[in-house]
Amino acid sequence: MSPVLKAQGLVHRYGDFRLEVPRLEVYPGEILAVLGPSGSGKTTLLRLLSGLLLPEEGRVEGGFRAYLPQAPPLLRRSVLENAAFGLRLRGVPRGEAWARASAMLERVGLGAKARQPAHLLSGGEAVRLALARTLLVEPGVLLLDEPTASLDPANAAQVEALLREAAGEGKGVVLATHDLFQARRLAHRVVFLFLGQVVEEAPASLFFQRPQDPRSQAFLEGRLL
Amino acid sequence: MEAAELWEIALRSLWVAGLATLLAALPAVPLGLWLALKGGGGFFGRALLYAGLALPSVVVGLFFYLLLSRSGPLGSLGLLYTPYAMVLAEAVLAFPLIAAFVLSGARGRVEEVRLLVRSLGGREGQVLPTLFWESRRTLAAALAAGFGGAISEVGAATLVGGDIRHHTRVLTTAIVVETRKGELESALALGFILLGVALLVTALLIILERE
Repeated sequence: MSPVLKAQGLVHRYGDFRLEVPRLEVYPGEILAVLGPSGSGKTTLLRLLSGLLLPEEGRVEGGFRAYLPQAPPLLRRSVLENAAFGLRLRGVPRGEAWARASAMLERVGLGAKARQPAHLLSGGEAVRLALARTLLVEPGVLLLDEPTASLDPANAAQVEALLREAAGEGKGVVLATHDLFQARRLAHRVVFLFLGQVVEEAPASLFFQRPQDPRSQAFLEGRLL
Repeated sequence: MEAAELWEIALRSLWVAGLATLLAALPAVPLGLWLALKGGGGFFGRALLYAGLALPSVVVGLFFYLLLSRSGPLGSLGLLYTPYAMVLAEAVLAFPLIAAFVLSGARGRVEEVRLLVRSLGGREGQVLPTLFWESRRTLAAALAAGFGGAISEVGAATLVGGDIRHHTRVLTTAIVVETRKGELESALALGFILLGVALLVTALLIILERE
C-alpha cells in the first residue's frame, strides 16, 4: 500500500529549537498519534506536514492535507456557512455547498443548529463544526492539533468517533495529542517527539506496552513534562 | 431661515458627505485590508496613515482651491464653488479615517483568516475577500467615522464650496453664517439637525453592524 503522506529529511529551526524528522509516512486508513511533552515540536511538525510551514530542508509529498489547529477559527457567520466555507473556497456553487454542508452537519450532530451564529456554539460543538468543515473538503490526510484538548468526555467521544469514521473511509489521520488514553484508544501507530527529535516510532500497542526509549517510558509514566 | 431652506441645506449636507464617504471608501477599504494583510504596513506606512487623521481641513481646502481655481491645473473642469468640489475635499479628509479604522479592525483577524483559508486548501488570494467579509462590523464603524468626519467638516467646504445660498451651502457653513449674522436660533436649529443626522447615520450603521 502506498502512503497518503510521505515526509523525508524534514528540518525546521526557530531560535535555538530545531525540529528534525528524517522520515515519516502515513497510510490510508491509519491513525498516527504524535506524542511528546509541551515544546517538543508537535504543532510545528503538523504545520510542516500540512504545507502551511515550509521546511528549511526536506520535503513533504502527498495529496491534499487539511490542518485543524487547536483552536479552530470560526467565521462570523452561521454554522451552515462555516461548514460550507471550504467548499465555497473551492468554487462549489452555493446551493450544492449548502446541501452537502447540511448533510455533514447532521452527521456531526449539529443539524439543528445550522442556522444559528457559529459563535453561539459550545467549545465541543465548535470543534465538531470545524471538523465537519474540514471533512467536507475531502482531504487525503487530516492533521489535527489537540482537537479534544478542552472538551468534555462526551464531546471528545463524538470527535473520536468522527476520526475513526474518517480513517474508515481511507483517510490518513495524524493526531497530535497530550491525551495518552485517547492515543491508546485511537492510534494505530505512535511517533514520540522529544526536543524536536523523533525518539521513537512504533505500533501503538507496542509503544504503550513496551516503550523502547527511556524518554518514552518516562513520558508514559508522567516523569517527563 | 425658512423650513424649506433648512431641509434643502440638510439634504445637500447628506448627499455631499455621503458621496464623499463612498468615494473615499472605494480606495480606503481595500488599502486598510491590504495593509492589514501586509502586517500593518510597517511603522512608516502606519505613521503616514495615522498622520492623515490629523490632516487640517483648511489645508485640504486650500489645496483643492489651488487645484480647481481658474488658473489651477484642473480649473477647466469648472468644479470650484460646486458641491462636487466639496465632495472631493471631504473625500480626502474621510480617506485616512476609513483606512485607519479598517486597518485596526482587520489586523487582529488576519492570521486566523489566513490559517483557515490555507488549511482548507484555499489560495492566498482568497484571504482578502474573506477578511473583507469578516471585517464587515469594522467597515460599518469605518464608514460611520468617515461620514462623521465629512459631514462635520467646515474649513474645506467653505474654501471650495464658497457657501453659496441654494447651491453649496451645507449645515456646517450655514451655522457659521447664521452665527455671524447673530441669528442664533437658526444656527442652533441647524446645529441640532447636524447632530440628528450624525446620530441617525451612526445608528443605522450600528444596526447594519448587528445584522
